[in-house]
Amino acid sequence: MIRRQLLDEHDIARILSRMAHEIIERNHGCEGVCIVGIHRAGVYVAKRLVDKIRLIEGVDVAVASLDISFYRDDLNRRKSHPVVRKTEMPIDINDKKIILVDDVLFTGRTIRAAMDALNDFGRPSEIQLAVLIDRGHRELPIRADYVGKNIPTSRSENIKVMLKEDADADMVLVIREGDD
Amino acid sequence: MELIIKNGHIIDPSQGMDLIGDIYIRDGLISKVGQGEKDEGGVQVIDATGLYVFPGLIDMHTHLREPGFEYKETIKSGTRAAVKGGFTSVCCMPNTKPVNDNETVTEFIVIKAKSEGFCNVFPIGAITKRQEGKELAEMGMMRDAGAVAFSDDGWPVMDSLMMRRALEYSTVFKAPVISHAEDLSLSNDGVMNEGYLSTTLGLRGIPAQSEVIAIKRDIELAGLTGGRLHIAHVSTAGGVMAIREAKSRGILVTAETCPHYLHLTEEAANGYNTAAKVNPPLRTQKDVEAVREGLIDGTIDVIATDHAPHHRDDKLCEFDRAAFGISGLEIAFSLSYALVKEGLLPLSKLIEKMTIRPAQVLNINKGTLREGADADIAIVNLDKEFVVDTEKFVSKGKNTPFHGRHLSGLPVITICQGNIRYNFNNDIIMDGI
Amino acid sequence: MEKDLLDIKSATAADIELILNTASSFKDVLSRDIKKVPTLRGKTAVNLFFEPSTRTKTSFELAEKRLSTDVVNFVVPTSSVAKGETLYDTIKTIESYGIDFIIIRHQCSGVPHFISKISNASVINAGDGINEHPTQALLDAFTIKEQKGRIAGLKIAIVGDILHSRVAKSNIYCLKKLGAKIRLIAPHTLIPAGIEHDVAEIYHDVESGIAGMDVIMALRIQQERQSGGFFSSTDEYFKFWGLTLKRLGKASPDVIVMHPGPMNRGVEIASDAADSRHSVINSQVTNGLAVRMAVLYLLDNARPKGFQISD
Repeated sequence: MIRRQLLDEHDIARILSRMAHEIIERNHGCEGVCIVGIHRAGVYVAKRLVDKIRLIEGVDVAVASLDISFYRDDLNRRKSHPVVRKTEMPIDINDKKIILVDDVLFTGRTIRAAMDALNDFGRPSEIQLAVLIDRGHRELPIRADYVGKNIPTSRSENIKVMLKEDADADMVLVIREGDD
Repeated sequence: MELIIKNGHIIDPSQGMDLIGDIYIRDGLISKVGQGEKDEGGVQVIDATGLYVFPGLIDMHTHLREPGFEYKETIKSGTRAAVKGGFTSVCCMPNTKPVNDNETVTEFIVIKAKSEGFCNVFPIGAITKRQEGKELAEMGMMRDAGAVAFSDDGWPVMDSLMMRRALEYSTVFKAPVISHAEDLSLSNDGVMNEGYLSTTLGLRGIPAQSEVIAIKRDIELAGLTGGRLHIAHVSTAGGVMAIREAKSRGILVTAETCPHYLHLTEEAANGYNTAAKVNPPLRTQKDVEAVREGLIDGTIDVIATDHAPHHRDDKLCEFDRAAFGISGLEIAFSLSYALVKEGLLPLSKLIEKMTIRPAQVLNINKGTLREGADADIAIVNLDKEFVVDTEKFVSKGKNTPFHGRHLSGLPVITICQGNIRYNFNNDIIMDGI
Repeated sequence: MEKDLLDIKSATAADIELILNTASSFKDVLSRDIKKVPTLRGKTAVNLFFEPSTRTKTSFELAEKRLSTDVVNFVVPTSSVAKGETLYDTIKTIESYGIDFIIIRHQCSGVPHFISKISNASVINAGDGINEHPTQALLDAFTIKEQKGRIAGLKIAIVGDILHSRVAKSNIYCLKKLGAKIRLIAPHTLIPAGIEHDVAEIYHDVESGIAGMDVIMALRIQQERQSGGFFSSTDEYFKFWGLTLKRLGKASPDVIVMHPGPMNRGVEIASDAADSRHSVINSQVTNGLAVRMAVLYLLDNARPKGFQISD
């Protein structure tokens, strides 16, 4: 197994700053914006974006977390059940601009499930998508509005986003099975 | 018709015989047992070198199910299973449909067994009409038709006065009363042994006391009446103690147990295994040890099978609704022989409990290799090891918790009244007597 | 998790915790405007009830529907069973419809285990004979945890007909695995053989038994036990073992009172206790739904892949 570091703590911080600026720019500020992180790493990325936006704009954007286990389309194909985590949706999402946040965008199926889950909470005026890494290989017609970094990968490779919230350090690794 | 069994290890407890020699059979009878006799021409010879030769085994507790429950077993299929297991005589219990409580049914069984059976069949008549425990059955007429004992097996006589009368009345006909010792009110529709396991399985328990109380009652009645009492399928330590104590008081009581009470505990029913649902129920390790001890010290006289064949549907169902019973004839010897292998019981003692002792209890002229006796003989390969496979049972009942068990000691040839009725080597079971 | 939920006896503490944690997420779903999730879309559950039941059946049915499962109800009146088809044939017939879940209630203990052996569907025990009622124990544990914040170390008394109660049995196994200290309170006739292996204490006197308890579970007393000789009359039972507000005064001040329902007011519990501030009986019902959704969800994922109908 080969592990190669692509991004370090400083890279990630710079990328998140840029993404926060893009979000503010595109939405002309933060009015009516709610940032929703997808469990698990997406929640950490969402909270960091909120922190960045506070530094830039001086406002606290509403943040929520979403568990998509009940909406997955691969329940029959998995060997074990995904651990169900708490969905925390403290705000009314009706007519809000929702920015869905995840760490890695891959097949797009997670995002599809997240959009279904959001719809059960209400009817947002708009859903945008922000991801730290886009590694390609989409299986659904889904595209991110904000991309931290595009990392072309092969299917046999895996992208691992480690964040201090539950790891030793911030970094993004590419992991490949087998030896060189 | 002539037959010689050559060079076998002959054990016959009825005459204290333990030697390597030959058995000569003429006209269905044993004409001579001895060593170094010369072969006569034109005689069928069985080479029994390395094999053991015993009197044909006697099972004094069998359910042949006919008439009435032919889908479970017939006289033909049951006796076929018997000879495969080394048995040459079986005593069939009266809980058929109709109940064997009159000479017509007894005669039917005797005639049917003569025409279709593979071995001797001795019917056991009911104690009371329809086994209802209310009126005595026609014991004398049944005895004349061939019944050798009386029992309400499966439906114990709950009324103490009725049991007293039965013990008194049967003495006239010199046939024992076999008691299925169970206090039904205490059993309270239980389906397994009462204890922690029955609680954790949520199944109704039958306490050991259900058997012990009934044994003690019947012993007291035997003492009161002087009747001949035989206790069927002893399963509890308390039961063994009660019988031991009664024998020391000189009460005329004999007793049997079955291979499953010598080997299995209630644990066998765990997981709702209906194959291990039997009445009396499998008990605890303490009981298994006490029953073994009773067998060793002579408190328990006889090993019987309580062969209780059932249809697959009777067991493939809710545990509460499954039938009680284990199909036992085909592996009873091997299971019993395991005690010899464990060094608990001398081989001759085991053979005694499966041949001459039941013959004495029933007062029948069987279970011996004396010259002039019926040539009922079991030839057994004690070294042969095998795995119990119910699919290979010839009994219609495949219901046993011993499926898959490794055993040794296999009956290989069974001879009944001079005829070879089972031969393992060429797998022939000859038809018709 | 295994393919089935047959009993709590063989479940691990980790299994139970997983179910309770998952149930907590489902409870959130139940508080939304849209109470339904598409999780088990395309799956089919059959509720196979050989015993009359309103609460458990309704709860399962609603749990199935909230998970988008198709539901078939197969109610078999007890009377027609005796001469009807065998259970084996019933199960084989049902399975031929391509069923994913069999929720079974039956008057004979061990029937869910029997079905599990002959069926590929996930089997959920909704109460078998006097054996177990696992989802009731899970919802009780969920309720206790919700009320008390923990289960380990709590002093919990179960009062009443332990002998005939599958609810009591499942609760004893469940709460023991989660670290509670369990005390049974009942007359001798209603204590099953060997149960002292699984509980800390057995009391026969209700006043001293209740003292200091954090949780008290009352069990339903069935009238027919009177004729069976287990106690002399419901009046006497109430006088000696009935749960009253006055008796609750001896328990811990924040004691909670539970009952699996349906209650016999004036037999095992007095109205002043059932309707007191201590009573959590109504939250038990809501929690039952969440717990059953969790069980269905977790078992669905535990089912082996390549599910096929076979005989």
